[in-house]
Amino acid sequence: MTAVRIAGVGMTPFGSHPETTGRELFGEASCVALDDAGVPCDDVDALFYGNFMGAFAEKQNHHGPLMADAAGVTAPATRFESACASSGVAVREAVSKIRAGQADVILVGGMERMTNLSTASTTEALATAGDELYEGRAGLTFPGAYAMMTDAYFAAHDADRTDLAHIAVKNHANAVENELAQYQQAIDIDDVLEAPMVADPVGLYDASPITDGASALVLTGEDYAEANDLDASIAVTGSGQGTDSLSLQGRESLTRTPAAEQAAEDAYTDANVGPDDIDVAEVHDCFTIAEVLAIESLGFYEPGTGYRAARDGETTRDGDLPVNLSGGLKAKGHPVGATGAAQLVELTKLLRGEHVNSDAVADAETAVTHNAGATVASAVVHVLEVVE
Amino acid sequence: MSDESVETAFDTFLNALADGKGYYLKCMNGHASLPPRYGCPDCGATDLERQPLPDVGEIVAMTTIRVPAPAFAEAAPYVLAVAKFGPVRLTGRLLNIDPDDDTVESGALVSATASSVGDESFVAFELR
Ligand SMILES: [Zn+2]
Repeated sequence: MTAVRIAGVGMTPFGSHPETTGRELFGEASCVALDDAGVPCDDVDALFYGNFMGAFAEKQNHHGPLMADAAGVTAPATRFESACASSGVAVREAVSKIRAGQADVILVGGMERMTNLSTASTTEALATAGDELYEGRAGLTFPGAYAMMTDAYFAAHDADRTDLAHIAVKNHANAVENELAQYQQAIDIDDVLEAPMVADPVGLYDASPITDGASALVLTGEDYAEANDLDASIAVTGSGQGTDSLSLQGRESLTRTPAAEQAAEDAYTDANVGPDDIDVAEVHDCFTIAEVLAIESLGFYEPGTGYRAARDGETTRDGDLPVNLSGGLKAKGHPVGATGAAQLVELTKLLRGEHVNSDAVADAETAVTHNAGATVASAVVHVLEVVE
Repeated sequence: MSDESVETAFDTFLNALADGKGYYLKCMNGHASLPPRYGCPDCGATDLERQPLPDVGEIVAMTTIRVPAPAFAEAAPYVLAVAKFGPVRLTGRLLNIDPDDDTVESGALVSATASSVGDESFVAFELR
């Protein structure tokens, strides 16, 4: 089995770019990644690409050929859709194909264009990530689904909105110097607690924003990287994926995310590491409660205990296990289809020592990404390690 | 927008809920699930039999939606809940509730029915 290296990474600035088309966004991210890798376009064997709501945002499906054209590659191109985990799934499939020896170089990433739609239309589009018959028709929105998970968590454990507010404050603080982040400003606890409610008990500042952006990575086999003398010091050593009932009502518990637990277990086993080996993590904090569920599913905290982590300073920049040093989805932004691959982009820069927040994890060697689709009906976890 | 001349298994289920004759599906191995469904989600068995839905459900999680999707703009703010009816859970809109005046909490008891907005019908709950 061929080991997988990250040869290059690229991201557009995340934010509000309603004047920029999806093809331009992905073209930018992929050109940055290919340039970073120093790999010629002709060497790309496949394009794996994640996108969720192109049919809503740009009346566009069949993104594969469009995005290959935008990236300047002629390789076979395939779009993956798993809601907010779309590009995480694309990365996992790319890793699998390289390991199997079926490709030497894969350009992988994702794109989402959202801010050209009204908030109402975006809300409608995001709701299609849930069960249309039982959830969408009844008027359940995406924030509403996480609000019910938050409500259930509060009822089961001693957590409250202030605990969750510390997560939003932490992630905003991490994004202040990240020039690719949507919100480069600090907020305080009162900002979060006093923000308007979106779906009780989820307030506006508990939620990640509506974002345009794209992300891309050039993944190569270890042999290709060595033969071409690439500077590819980071390896993807573990990959795992899990699936759960699409609807909340189909689950035993609203306070656990077994799809992510499964993905984490498989990724750790794959990489031959455990939760104690992880030095830094990028997790799917689409809502503040989601970061709690993420760090519990990754095995950093027992179920029902992760809510104190940010408040106690354990997952802050100076904590034992910094989580979302990029700013997370909360402050970096959440262009749905780009998010999963963007987590690997940020971690690669953090581990290479090239990120504005790299000094917070100067000795880090092992990192993990946690990317969730909708209410964690899909989950993808990857382990990254410094290999040279 | 659905064609009214076509009745799906979900429509049949909602009509039964509205008539107070709700049901769930049970496979030969005793797993419970909800329509529309060809096979059991737990074991794949295809001999699914209708069982009467318990009359009373208990709310296990709820929220008040304040930023709705366009189809529900006039309904907002509205309350949604997941309620447990014996071996199955249902997601539904809580009817006849003003979220800013009425206090409803998890543990409250509800019965299931159906309601609609425009052409779209959905599961709804009424407080017992
Ligand atoms: Zn069964």
